[in-house]
Amino acid sequence: MIKVKLFATFRNGREKEIHFEYYEGITGREIIEKLGIKEEEVAIFIVNGRDKKWDEPIEDEATVSLFPPVGGG
Amino acid sequence: MGKYDRNMNTLSKEENESLKNFKICVVGCGGIGGYVIEMLGRLGIGYITVIDGDVFEETNLNRQILSNSQTIGKSKAQTARERMKLVNPDIYVNAVFSHLNGENGMELIKGHHLVIDALDDVETRFILQDICEKLGLPLIHGAIAGWYGQVTTIFPGDKTLDFLYKKRTTKGIERKLGNPSFAPALIGSIQVSEALKVLIRRGEVLRKKILYIDTFAQEYEIVEFF
Repeated sequence: MIKVKLFATFRNGREKEIHFEYYEGITGREIIEKLGIKEEEVAIFIVNGRDKKWDEPIEDEATVSLFPPVGGG
Repeated sequence: MGKYDRNMNTLSKEENESLKNFKICVVGCGGIGGYVIEMLGRLGIGYITVIDGDVFEETNLNRQILSNSQTIGKSKAQTARERMKLVNPDIYVNAVFSHLNGENGMELIKGHHLVIDALDDVETRFILQDICEKLGLPLIHGAIAGWYGQVTTIFPGDKTLDFLYKKRTTKGIERKLGNPSFAPALIGSIQVSEALKVLIRRGEVLRKKILYIDTFAQEYEIVEFF
């Protein structure tokens, strides 16, 4: 099982925490595709506190956090 | 001491006195920057450089503390200096009425002890991170969008912005959500508390951690980067 935590506007129309069945080789890119989120909408993508590339496989029991960009001042 | 009495004993007398010897550079005098300058000035930071090439306009009135019916059309940086003359005449404010960029950045930032990111665009933030990296200076990052905001404290070598903005040119969600009055005050306050702790070398700072605030859900999440 992979836990995905969504923040800010990513929660619009979605739960704030979503669980995905783990399978070998599952990547961040596949997860956001399932969520209907585009890569360019994501500012922070971390897996268990570590920055990951979109096509790197994610391990079972991982926590994935997705944040949209906040850039105003 | 007088005006700093109520800083006791959050700060020791020696710590409060030491603040007059510090130089802080605040980049951006808009929503976040206005509040940050106010708080640094009232703390008694002795020398504050404030950088902004903009003048106030009507759309700033909903959130920028330095904007009002009298300051529309005036330089944000110079308005900050004028206000601080009234708030705390014992400190010096160096007002720079131009935008920070790759050409003027090193010259403007060098000589300070710490830098505060109160910018409103991602591209210039990366320029600022590079400059602070080269000059070996701590950078306190803050950003806002709608109900949301984030703060992190970046030391040379951390390059935390590389984690926060995966796509460097990304436009933030503030383009859609705008920025209400409470967001810059909240984020600016946290940035100033971070700056103070870095200067007095006490307390926990948000190094390699991002505090992500959602005032709509009223959630405060600290995400650690390893």
